[in-house]
Amino acid sequence: MSTEHHVAHDAGGHELEHAHPGPRTYTIIGVILAVITLIEVWAYNQAFLRPALVPILLSLSAVKFATVVGFYMHLRFDNPLFLAVFGFGLAVAGSVITAFMFLFGQYPQPPHG
Amino acid sequence: MAHAPVVVDVAASPPLEALGAPPPPLVLEHPHTSTGLDSRKLLMWAFLASDCMFFGMLIATYMVYKNRSLDGPLPRETFDVPYTSVSAFVLLLSSLTMVLALAAIQHGHERRMRVWLSATALLGCVFLGGQFYEFTTFYKDGLTLSRNLFGSTFFTLTGFHGTHVFIGVFWLLSLVAQSVRGRLHQEHSLWVEIAGLYWHFVDIVWILIFTLVYLIPD
Repeated sequence: MSTEHHVAHDAGGHELEHAHPGPRTYTIIGVILAVITLIEVWAYNQAFLRPALVPILLSLSAVKFATVVGFYMHLRFDNPLFLAVFGFGLAVAGSVITAFMFLFGQYPQPPHG
Repeated sequence: MAHAPVVVDVAASPPLEALGAPPPPLVLEHPHTSTGLDSRKLLMWAFLASDCMFFGMLIATYMVYKNRSLDGPLPRETFDVPYTSVSAFVLLLSSLTMVLALAAIQHGHERRMRVWLSATALLGCVFLGGQFYEFTTFYKDGLTLSRNLFGSTFFTLTGFHGTHVFIGVFWLLSLVAQSVRGRLHQEHSLWVEIAGLYWHFVDIVWILIFTLVYLIPD
């Protein structure tokens, strides 16, 4: 037997647990994303950053990813169930990539013996 | 200006008409579900989760085979990073216009929504045009789907991403057409939100591809 659960909406049909950001916030986030992309391209062209380039690029990419998912896709404001569903798929994908990299020798192997 | 909707506990509140107050703008857009959430939105998130696994496999395959091609062309001598950076900017900008379209329809501005949706579709087309040019250039340089491991994995990964963008453009244009016909109003903003989720997902996949495929050296 299902329990009856009413969800209040505004005129746009959106659940009112947390209001979404407005155009001003979206634009500021867009500028931040563009700046991060510029930093990525700049870092790519700097010879002195070569030894630390991979962690730098991965970190910047993760920040961009989380910002888009959190603000533009509203996971920061929406019901946690959406985050759980998407997070599961993301975790599986990340695990597969990591496992493949170890299995096929793209990461340094531990010494035998 | 911040959107300030009225929160109404439908189950607990007495009828407002009985108190002499006008009813709030309340729309129960979706039928009651066990989660209390709209199943269409939950379904889209489930699809995006599965698409994560799909692209995860493609990216993993690319990464594994990255340095195993026996002959060229190889990534280092093929990629034009400044050119691809512009494509990355275009797709990021399209995410902004997409979310502005959603904000517009949520506030009841239908014409503004059509403008932003059209801009998003246009930026998607620019990205696709850029990808077509890039593929053509690579082909002329001798890199084909069957040339080497790099060609096979690169074209499969970016080709599937391009296909997602193409479907997204078609979806956005269909929303614009629905709006022009007067079938997409404020109370249907969930359709725009779901299309937006798909479009932003395409953007975040490109964020990963841009870094893992183009920027990280061999």
